[in-house]
Amino acid sequence: MTELNFEKHFQDKVDAEIKIEPKDWMPDAYRKTLIRQISQHAHSEVVGMLPEGNWISRAPSLRRKLILLAKIQDEAGHGLYLYSAAETLGISREELVEQLLSGKAKYSSIFNYPTLTWADIGAIGWLVDGAAIMNQVMLTRASYGPYARAMVRICKEESFHQRQGYEIMLTLAKGSAAQQHMAQDALNRWWWPSLMMFGPKDDDSAHSQQSMKWKIKRKSNDELRQQFVDVTVQQAEVLGLAIPDPDLKWNEERGHYDFGEINWDEFWNVVKGNGPCNKQRLDARIKAHEDGAWVREAAMAYAEKKEQRKLMESAKAEAA
Amino acid sequence: MLYNYLLQLGDNALILGHRLGEWCGHAPELEIDMALTNIALDLTGQARSLYQHAAEIEGKGRTEDDIAYLRDAWEFKNVLLAEQPNGDFAHTIARQFFYDTFNFFLHRELVGSRDEWLAGFAAKSLKEITYHLRFSSEWVLRLGDGTDTSHEKMQAAVEELWMYTGELKIPSKTDQEMAANGVGPDLNLLKASFDEKVADVLQKANLQMPSTTWMQGGGKDGVHSEHLGFILADMQYLQRAYPGQEW
Amino acid sequence: MKNWPLWEVFIRSKSGLHHKHVGSLHAADAEMAIENARDVYTRRNEGVSIWVVESKHITASDPDDSDPLFEPAKDKVYRHPTFYDLPDEVKYM
Repeated sequence: MTELNFEKHFQDKVDAEIKIEPKDWMPDAYRKTLIRQISQHAHSEVVGMLPEGNWISRAPSLRRKLILLAKIQDEAGHGLYLYSAAETLGISREELVEQLLSGKAKYSSIFNYPTLTWADIGAIGWLVDGAAIMNQVMLTRASYGPYARAMVRICKEESFHQRQGYEIMLTLAKGSAAQQHMAQDALNRWWWPSLMMFGPKDDDSAHSQQSMKWKIKRKSNDELRQQFVDVTVQQAEVLGLAIPDPDLKWNEERGHYDFGEINWDEFWNVVKGNGPCNKQRLDARIKAHEDGAWVREAAMAYAEKKEQRKLMESAKAEAA
Repeated sequence: MLYNYLLQLGDNALILGHRLGEWCGHAPELEIDMALTNIALDLTGQARSLYQHAAEIEGKGRTEDDIAYLRDAWEFKNVLLAEQPNGDFAHTIARQFFYDTFNFFLHRELVGSRDEWLAGFAAKSLKEITYHLRFSSEWVLRLGDGTDTSHEKMQAAVEELWMYTGELKIPSKTDQEMAANGVGPDLNLLKASFDEKVADVLQKANLQMPSTTWMQGGGKDGVHSEHLGFILADMQYLQRAYPGQEW
Repeated sequence: MKNWPLWEVFIRSKSGLHHKHVGSLHAADAEMAIENARDVYTRRNEGVSIWVVESKHITASDPDDSDPLFEPAKDKVYRHPTFYDLPDEVKYM
């Protein structure tokens, strides 16, 4: 087959909803797009552990502490599943991590915002995980097999994440005046960054169209964002909290909520590294990686010694 | 008093679990991050069961959270070892290994406790602790017998933390009472098993037995190192700042 | 520095079932791979037994050979019970 035929055969498979697997032929650009997207997603999970990790030591009850630990642990797991999926495309975890730490690779900008009160842990679960799930459910049907399978596992595990966040918000919203204030304040700060999580507007999204054709993505950024707004408004009503958007209004004709303009200037600035916590987040990951180097090295050295000893013993046994 | 004994056990689990939780998001590798969090979850879960039961037998309507979040440092009965800072990974592993070793032999005895609840609790926890001990022993081997750097760090950690191991094996008043009633073991009888296991693992890891003989103590009587105050300031902040709220 | 190799993880979800591939992870040696698999892939009670194998030891069939490998089995309908007509009176076969 010529390159062109390969390409057609590949697209036919994608169109027929046949999954692409690691050893199958795939266009170079498809491979690159997947590596970029999957690793960005993995980095987001791992960096995403940090803002919530801030509150493990201050979780206000034993129950909350267990839940928070388990949730953040899941995020480590999700990062790990995703790095593994990316590794099937012929790149190592080490290389991927290097891209993150050198600033070459991006991660979700939402994690460059600070967690200032306990209510932020509620808001992250409710809004940030809520927004992430919209995207992730779509990705369980991505055309690349290992990615889709990782997403199925992730979605299953994620299902408690949003609920625990909403439960925190609900408890605070029903609590004392100070707690209610915390809840509203957290919603005020996390609402717009959550909408930004879906990425630039469709018209400004560099990779969207090709990704849709390859069925890596199945819904556009704007579609997902609208879907998120539509379901979240009612959830805020139940909490008795006000979404900080004066333009938010039900549009009978469209059958959707209209909402105000996102501050794209802020969005691009946080992407570029000017968010409130970009530096802390990356510094924390770099420190963990560098401080851990001697540990990883020691484990490898020990494994090699053990292997050597085993070989020597079996050689001895054979000689005897 | 059984109540005090449950708190002593629970405080160890809570405080060490708290320390391990500080690693979450910062461990040397993702897989290690998940492993340490699993141990933190086991320990925090154990503390929760112990406090729940303690509150129940106390019968004053207090909750597990009242016990964890509304006592001050002198009321905490955990050993000093549990509250020592994470340090580098070698320190965390040394602390864990000493604690797991003691905890393993302790719970193996508690399975036969005359107190039915405690026996049941110990049987369940022993499975978790057996795994913790396996994990920490293996890491002592890896670091002790890994590279020159890791060997040095592991040896230093063992040396530094050794002085906190004496307290594990010296019975407090509560320990003595419990042993007399057949609720808990005589700690003097665990000493040999502890020493033997530690010596065995250190030797396999090419590590020297620490030379320190002077031992720190006081934790079981509520006299702590400076670290505990900071742990509690962090841990109890919300419950103290906003008393009596649901979370 | 040499990095921890990649391992493939197979889990038996309950007694009586096959081990099934669930994903991969990194570990320095086999013991660590088992423990990591336990912490990564059985946190929600997903398993009763774990197999790990270093990824480099797995040999996979080549997708380019798919036709000669798998097509020939497609038309051997006589291997399947539904190929055979039985009179309605025969109830249990």
